[in-house]
Amino acid sequence: MGDVSFVRTQTLPEMPPPVAEQGIVKWLRENLFSSVASAILTIIALWAVYKFTAFALPWIASGVWNTESLAACRNVLDGARGACFSVLTERWNQLLFGISYPAEHYWRPTVAFVLLFFAAAPVLFFDLPRKFLIFTGVYPFIAYWLIWGGTILSPAIALAGIIMGYFVYAKFIKSSFAVAFLGGMAVAFIIWILSGYIVPAIAPENPFFEAVPSRNMGGFMLNMILGTVCVSLSLPLGIVLALGRQSNMPVIKIICVFFIEFIRGVPLITLLFVANVVLAYFFPPDSNIDLILRVIIMITLFSAAYIAEVIRGGLAALPVGQYEAADSLGLDYAQAMRLIILPQALKISIPGIVNVSVGLFKDTTLVSVISMFDLVGAIRGPILAATEWNGVYWELFMFASILFFLVCYSISQYSQWLERRLATDHR
Amino acid sequence: MAQVKMEVSDEVAISINNMNKWYGSFHVLRDIDLNVNRGERIVICGPSGSGKSTLIRCINALEEHQRGEIVVDGTLLSSDVKNIDKIRSEVGMVFQHFNLFPHLSILENCTLAPIWVRKTPKKDADETAMHFLEKVKIPEQANKYPGQLSGGQQQRVAIARSLCMRPRIMLFDEPTSALDPEMIKEVLDTMIELAEEGMTMLVVTHEMGFARQVANRVIFMDQGQIVEQNEPESFFKNPQSDRTKLFLSQILGH
Repeated sequence: MGDVSFVRTQTLPEMPPPVAEQGIVKWLRENLFSSVASAILTIIALWAVYKFTAFALPWIASGVWNTESLAACRNVLDGARGACFSVLTERWNQLLFGISYPAEHYWRPTVAFVLLFFAAAPVLFFDLPRKFLIFTGVYPFIAYWLIWGGTILSPAIALAGIIMGYFVYAKFIKSSFAVAFLGGMAVAFIIWILSGYIVPAIAPENPFFEAVPSRNMGGFMLNMILGTVCVSLSLPLGIVLALGRQSNMPVIKIICVFFIEFIRGVPLITLLFVANVVLAYFFPPDSNIDLILRVIIMITLFSAAYIAEVIRGGLAALPVGQYEAADSLGLDYAQAMRLIILPQALKISIPGIVNVSVGLFKDTTLVSVISMFDLVGAIRGPILAATEWNGVYWELFMFASILFFLVCYSISQYSQWLERRLATDHR
Repeated sequence: MAQVKMEVSDEVAISINNMNKWYGSFHVLRDIDLNVNRGERIVICGPSGSGKSTLIRCINALEEHQRGEIVVDGTLLSSDVKNIDKIRSEVGMVFQHFNLFPHLSILENCTLAPIWVRKTPKKDADETAMHFLEKVKIPEQANKYPGQLSGGQQQRVAIARSLCMRPRIMLFDEPTSALDPEMIKEVLDTMIELAEEGMTMLVVTHEMGFARQVANRVIFMDQGQIVEQNEPESFFKNPQSDRTKLFLSQILGH
């Protein structure tokens, strides 16, 4: 029998790894040439990248930026291969603002777009002072006034209705949630309905900003309007639907399940046609609900159903102990959801929510099939149909792709930052 | 191991009468009768599936009982949400898996309920939280997140979090079962200190040393019933039922 007793008397010192396991050589070997197959793939990939660049770069580099028509552009190119980017410079405003937005008012949507960053910042970056949120709250009304113009009374009264409704809500919330909620809604609606009679009577003949009707909205501006509004509305609606689907109250649960399953089972394009044609029948005959508003309602409902399912996944991923801990501390349902459950469930759901939001933003181009001239609609319709530019596909659709890519990639980068920022589990 | 001094008042803290509970058609708790006086420290033990966790989870309505009555601190536990919330804010609970809120710092974990349920101003809630974090000996971790702490530290935070609500009764649901052996002692020490201050405690645990030292009553449950209860001394030296004898021989035998 050998001697099995052993005692370590001192701890071994730490040592650096072997030299061959460090630096760029190691990285190349491990990532690009780790096996014969991987080396071949690396070479093929490099070749493909080279071929594509060699094809596209000269075409872009010798692009023509300042001609009046495709024919003139071809003349300038004189048989050489090159892009006719002049369609972008010549139709720049139509691409951004649509065909019929009055040119002297282009600055209004531009200002609204710049202000959007200030409004979104306190929501997206929650380390900023909370009082900036006041601007976020007012922003939709400012933006509406800037883009649509007309009397400032309409957005002001819409805002006033919400504020008054909130005051009523805050006054009664201590006694009963139902009374407070319904009371607040009632007050807001009374103000809005009354103002429907009063505003047209007292509105000035020539408002400060000339009114621009919804049918004149178009270009990338329309995509931005639809995307921003629908994402910001469908997130809260999706949360409500997800919670409703988990509810213990059968009626609420059935309504939410039915709504989600119905909306998810119908193509968005169908809903848009419904918005275009059918929805008008459901509103009072002379209520004259704006087409953009109808489209916003449909896209919002559509993406809310998807977001609800994403959030349901997040809720299901939380250990039941979190609910129990919240309950055992005496938090009521609303507090437990707001403080404990939703912050964690939403954090888990971020990738899914971003996925739906990015998809929603790109799907706003579908409005071109119900003859709205958004970016794609403007390209397919008036620009390509014009005799000067008939046949300029690559440049236009490349431009559209780049615009959408910029926005979607920013959203994606933001969400990755958000996930890192919220990571507290230290796994 | 000094026996913790017993100061039990005759004021009733919890009274459970003829309580029954079913999971579907499975009868989990059968005719439970239990009176707990203020300042009592009760250890509940028994094989797994005997209903001991379910019993204490019924006391703060994490589980609903179907028959019989539970009165906690003079409040009858019914389906009335107001009563349930009142009882929950008076009764602290510590879980096997800690159930800290991972998205909140240690301090926020402790101040959340006082601020939102008790409407304590944030400054006072912070002070109370630091007081109890010092009591469980981890004030220096206040600004870390639960994921950065060891199991034993997390469980002590969970105890501090409950104490911040100034509960009059504390329920412990296997508080040391998910811990590494090295960390069990630090949690038990915290609980012993709590017992010494006269907290009413119901503890589901297999730590028989703790039962001997702290409990003034040990309850043995099997198949959803209270099989035996006694003072720890007699319970361990002289168990009456065969089931208790078997159980004790299994957990103390090695």
